[in-house]
Amino acid sequence: MDLFEHQAKELFADYGIPVPRGIVANTVEEVRAAAEELTGRVVVKAQVKTGGRGKAGGVKVADDAADAVEKATAILGMDIKGHTVHKVLVEEASAIAEEYYFSFLLDRANRTFLAICSAAGGMDIEEVAHSTPEKVAKVPVSALDGIDRAKAREIAVAGGLPEKSLDGAAELIEKLWHCFVDEDATLVEVNPMILSADGQVKALDGKVTLDENAGFRQADHEALADKAAEDPLEAKAKEKDLNYVKLDGNVGIIGNGAGLVMSTLDVVAYAGEAYPGKPSPANFLDIGGGASAEVMAAGLEIILSDPSVKSIFVNVFGGITACDAVANGIVSAFKLLESRGEAVTHPLVVRLDGNNALLGRQILADAALPRVELVDTMDDAAKRAAELAAVGA
Amino acid sequence: MAIWLTENSKIIVQGMTGGEGTKHTRRMLASGAKVVGGVNARKAGITHEGLPVFGTVKEAMEQTGADVSVVFVPPAHTKAAVKEAVDAEIPLCVVITEGIPVHDSTEFWAYAVAKGNKTRIIGPNCPGIASPGASNAGIIPADITTAGRIGLVSKSGTLTYQLMYELRDFGFSTAVGIGGDPVIGTTHIDALQAFQDDPDTDAIVMIGEIGGDAEERAAAYIEQHVTKPVVAYVAGFTAPEGKTMGHAGAIVSGSAGTAQAKKEALEKVGVRVGKTPSETARLMREIMQSR
Repeated sequence: MDLFEHQAKELFADYGIPVPRGIVANTVEEVRAAAEELTGRVVVKAQVKTGGRGKAGGVKVADDAADAVEKATAILGMDIKGHTVHKVLVEEASAIAEEYYFSFLLDRANRTFLAICSAAGGMDIEEVAHSTPEKVAKVPVSALDGIDRAKAREIAVAGGLPEKSLDGAAELIEKLWHCFVDEDATLVEVNPMILSADGQVKALDGKVTLDENAGFRQADHEALADKAAEDPLEAKAKEKDLNYVKLDGNVGIIGNGAGLVMSTLDVVAYAGEAYPGKPSPANFLDIGGGASAEVMAAGLEIILSDPSVKSIFVNVFGGITACDAVANGIVSAFKLLESRGEAVTHPLVVRLDGNNALLGRQILADAALPRVELVDTMDDAAKRAAELAAVGA
Repeated sequence: MAIWLTENSKIIVQGMTGGEGTKHTRRMLASGAKVVGGVNARKAGITHEGLPVFGTVKEAMEQTGADVSVVFVPPAHTKAAVKEAVDAEIPLCVVITEGIPVHDSTEFWAYAVAKGNKTRIIGPNCPGIASPGASNAGIIPADITTAGRIGLVSKSGTLTYQLMYELRDFGFSTAVGIGGDPVIGTTHIDALQAFQDDPDTDAIVMIGEIGGDAEERAAAYIEQHVTKPVVAYVAGFTAPEGKTMGHAGAIVSGSAGTAQAKKEALEKVGVRVGKTPSETARLMREIMQSR
């Protein structure tokens, strides 16, 4: 889960990391009040979970409250790389002497953590990393050893930070490490990390990604989720503990196992290319290895409530749960939905393969469920589902 | 022969007394795997599924001669369980548990490295490893395939089963599910190396998915070190950027981690990449038939 800048900075502040004073505002009226409270020059910053915000015009300096309102009027509602700006952070303007870059992140390839530090921070860090990689220090950090003040200082030196900034930077880096570990983050980035005119090292921006697998020991994190931006179907699926992602197409997909479902999306998209309107997957939905009747029903219910769905493809490989059990699950799911007055009215293509596949197919054939078609292979089933979506569209 | 898991492997189950542990211990036993005991500090001394439960991995190894551990303990306790297995220097530790915080897996990996890598870790969030007809450590359904001479390494569980099933007439030496998490113990490269060295493996199926650059690195390794034929499949060509597709590691961020980049890297070094799982099976079938 990615955090907004203001959330990241609130988290940083909890760990004693210096950040500018700031107030979140959802409307121009709130912007005016915030600017008046902060007094003097302020910065109005779009709160969106994407990079390149400054270059897109989402960050503006304002001389006073009236100016802040003017700037905020332009920024609120702005589209930045497909993200609409719904709120801004109004912050006291900082007198910047120098801009640096710092982050801790997970290095998947090396299975360790990495500290990245550079004296050449700011908006062009990616260009710096590309054209002059020697200006960007990448220092592996062991999960066992962590970071102390001395190690933090070494990293700052490696990044080329000047002597006058080292004490402040080392302190910030050490605190940021505690934030990274204690919050189960996979990324904490400060760009720019600044040296202010009065000699203080501060986090002027903040980007944080939290590990959702750590939810069981990070009870506070749920409150940080951006409920408003969540797709309503994804939110509903989450409540039912379903692994669901909304996509743009019109073929509803249910499968067991993340890899198989990802593969199903591909096969349906390929198949769809041959039909009018190019039907494509409406969602990713992994009901897990077990594929029980309840989960199948919950999954079908989510997919049926998606108005863009024209056909449904159930793609199950019977491994641990054999196909006869999966077939019984589908039959029970249909009954369950019918009893709730939500009978399945869309065409549904089922492909069962693996253990007891023949038995499973027989069970479905005997049940004679309305609008259910059995197809033996994944490729042919994908074609049929795409064809049905094209007809229904 | 097979890689890492043979008919002589003696398996213990950490978390055997829990729901999943019990179910899969039963299944492993039914498939003929030599499961010799379980570990649960709070239930030491009892008998479960006809097997002794020990307080520690070390004790279980001393008492039974176990050389493989399969971990089913819940995410909150997995880090401690794996570190315990590493401390006991068990040669193979298969971590089935799903949903482990990445700080924990990064830490137990660093711990295993610091202790001299005496324990091979497979997983976490993986289906385990099966050498059909010989042994089975994890949750791979044993009865979907037969013993044979194809080696398989995969990030995905169900796609592993799919390919094992489609190629059941040829059969497998060993199938290894390495898991779809961002940080894993055994990698594609480790398995490729072991299959290359295994006299009883003729050809290799490699299954990847979006996220990270493991497939690209595997391609570089294949170019340098693998002479046996390799057929690959990559899932997630149509996955949108920034959305995690089920596995914690399956996410495309920016230009990194796309299926297309992985496919191109593999094809560049002569690996044939199937467009669908069935086509992948077909490519392997051609190779096995031409031998």
